[in-house]
Amino acid sequence: MAEVSLSSSGTELTLQGIRKEFPGFVAVDNLDLTIRAGEFFALLGPSGCGKTTTLRMIAGLEDPSAGKILLGGVDITDTKAYKRPVNTVFQSYALFPHLTIFENVAFGLRRRKVSNAKELALAALDLVQLAHVADRRPAQLSGGQQQRVALARAIVNRPALLLLDEPLGALDLKLRREMQVELKKIQADVGLTFLHVTHDQEEAMTMADTVAVMNNGHIEQMGAPESMYDLPETAFVADFLGQSNVFRGMASSANASTIEVAIPGGTTLRVPVARASAHSGDVSVGVRPEKMSIHAGAVAPQTDTNVISGGRVTDVSFTGVSSQYSIDFGPLGNVVVFEQNLKALPTVDLGDVVSVSWKVERGFGLRDHRAAVIDEASEL
Amino acid sequence: MAFAAFADTSEKKSAEPVKKSRVVILMLLPGLAYLLLFFLAPLVSLILTSFMAPDPNSMDMGQFVYSFQWQNYVTVISENWSFFVRSFGFAILATVIALIVSYPIAYFIGVYARPWPAIQAFALILVIAPFFISFLLRTLAWKQLLGDDGWVVTTLKSASLLPADGHITGTAFSVVFGLTYNFIPFMVLPIYTSLERLDMRLLEAGRDLYASPSTTFWKVTLPLSMPGVVAGTLLTFIPASGDFVNASSSFLGGPGTQMVGNQIASNFLKILDYPAASVLSVVLMAVIMVIVSVYVRRAGTEELL
Repeated sequence: MAEVSLSSSGTELTLQGIRKEFPGFVAVDNLDLTIRAGEFFALLGPSGCGKTTTLRMIAGLEDPSAGKILLGGVDITDTKAYKRPVNTVFQSYALFPHLTIFENVAFGLRRRKVSNAKELALAALDLVQLAHVADRRPAQLSGGQQQRVALARAIVNRPALLLLDEPLGALDLKLRREMQVELKKIQADVGLTFLHVTHDQEEAMTMADTVAVMNNGHIEQMGAPESMYDLPETAFVADFLGQSNVFRGMASSANASTIEVAIPGGTTLRVPVARASAHSGDVSVGVRPEKMSIHAGAVAPQTDTNVISGGRVTDVSFTGVSSQYSIDFGPLGNVVVFEQNLKALPTVDLGDVVSVSWKVERGFGLRDHRAAVIDEASEL
Repeated sequence: MAFAAFADTSEKKSAEPVKKSRVVILMLLPGLAYLLLFFLAPLVSLILTSFMAPDPNSMDMGQFVYSFQWQNYVTVISENWSFFVRSFGFAILATVIALIVSYPIAYFIGVYARPWPAIQAFALILVIAPFFISFLLRTLAWKQLLGDDGWVVTTLKSASLLPADGHITGTAFSVVFGLTYNFIPFMVLPIYTSLERLDMRLLEAGRDLYASPSTTFWKVTLPLSMPGVVAGTLLTFIPASGDFVNASSSFLGGPGTQMVGNQIASNFLKILDYPAASVLSVVLMAVIMVIVSVYVRRAGTEELL
């Protein structure tokens, strides 16, 4: 970065009961959300979940049907888009094709009649390492370069809040991973509040301080990526953030520390009270594939371990570091287990009858068991 | 330094296929022959005629011999310069008015009515519909409407907006009106084509970057529609400069509104002074070429093409 600084402290954003109706459907339903100043916040969900509509309402490109948007405590719900101290990195980049890269970056500064527009724009281009293409036009740049110009064009204005609308979606995987790291670094450097909308759960978990998983116009769960992954509350979150095995059951008994859940086939699973989002009635027990072990034959149950027996291995895929097993448990459905290849040989073979087990404290209790909707694009 | 790895991947050179084929030349032949026969040959003939001198052996009108009478240019221009001024004045005025009228129409069809293709199609038909009737008939119809006995004049007179001995036809106003009217479709269609391709997300980017709707128009929409504006203004200005129908006394003009086109027509058809008519034509072409090349360069649209 040149002598000109682009840093800013960022501002807190609060959404209060935001709702957006389009003819025939509700895109965003009664959304409450607070993003702390300087935070990297990711809004994660499948396409059509309302995340982009939420972002557009914050940018001022859509008017909410109900609710309030507060930026640093000031109500900006009725403020026009061009008067909001908010800038957006658009999914399509939306660079002005008739202007040079430099003029694109300087566009917002010139509209606000900032006196040192030239130095600031050049500093922003330096930040994204594109000062050498300042005189070119957007069509002469590669996709990754255009993406960085779009980023520079937004952050040069030092907005109170920077909105990122799937800005990495059009890049190939390698470039996307590089950009994730860079974007995170730039956010730390300039200290802006970032709101990042994405359907890529890995991207959200890598970059964000806080992740909110959105589904059908509302937020399913919100928290730090690690705790969301470790302790999802709904089947949707369990499946959208990483992979999960979920066993639908009924809470049969509970003591102060553990809930017992009866699942089809006469097996009883245990889950710690502290790790369950429902404590009675319908409770589903979930566990991550990498936290399970696979055993040939039957295994005696223990108090600190859940065991399910009688599965048949239907698929084994060797990925080098680990092997992925697919095991059919009949009425319980399919269970996926990842096991690290610590031993020389795979422990079980295709068609073997096996048991799976996991430590009780590694499982989690879900309050629902809906079939999860996974956006196909997130599998990319 | 992750970015640096991707810094210089942008230059894409399209490999030009250099294979020359006889088929290409064969396919070009009809067009080349057409240009040679109907453009280049008449142009040469026109320039040769402009230097002709009266036939010394004949007393009849319209008898000339090939010569190099360059003085033709001096006399004809000095006698007719006011018609040039009027022609380009009328043409520029008609082009500007047509642009002001057409841009909103094109914007409505190409941008505003985008969610309703049926309305777009209907509006386009309305723009094109006048072409179904002959240009001469439409201009004559305006002569009737704007004539001294027409309801427009009588209404204006009864409202005292026009003096009792006033006219509309035969005035500069009616000629410019006629030119504007006749060329509006040529202005609307190219601008519509430009605006129809306008990426609305760019307008959102403008709003996001502190540009009010009017600033977004001047800084984003208008520059992006410049190819259409340039095409439309050329399609209006060039034929309007040489027009001889609207300004003719038989249509919307009068003795005081004659344009270069009318002078060319009368020199060719009435006075039979072919060299003078040719000089006027050559000078008209030359001035239009100069104006157009300066304009296209100033408009800077090559960046968008």
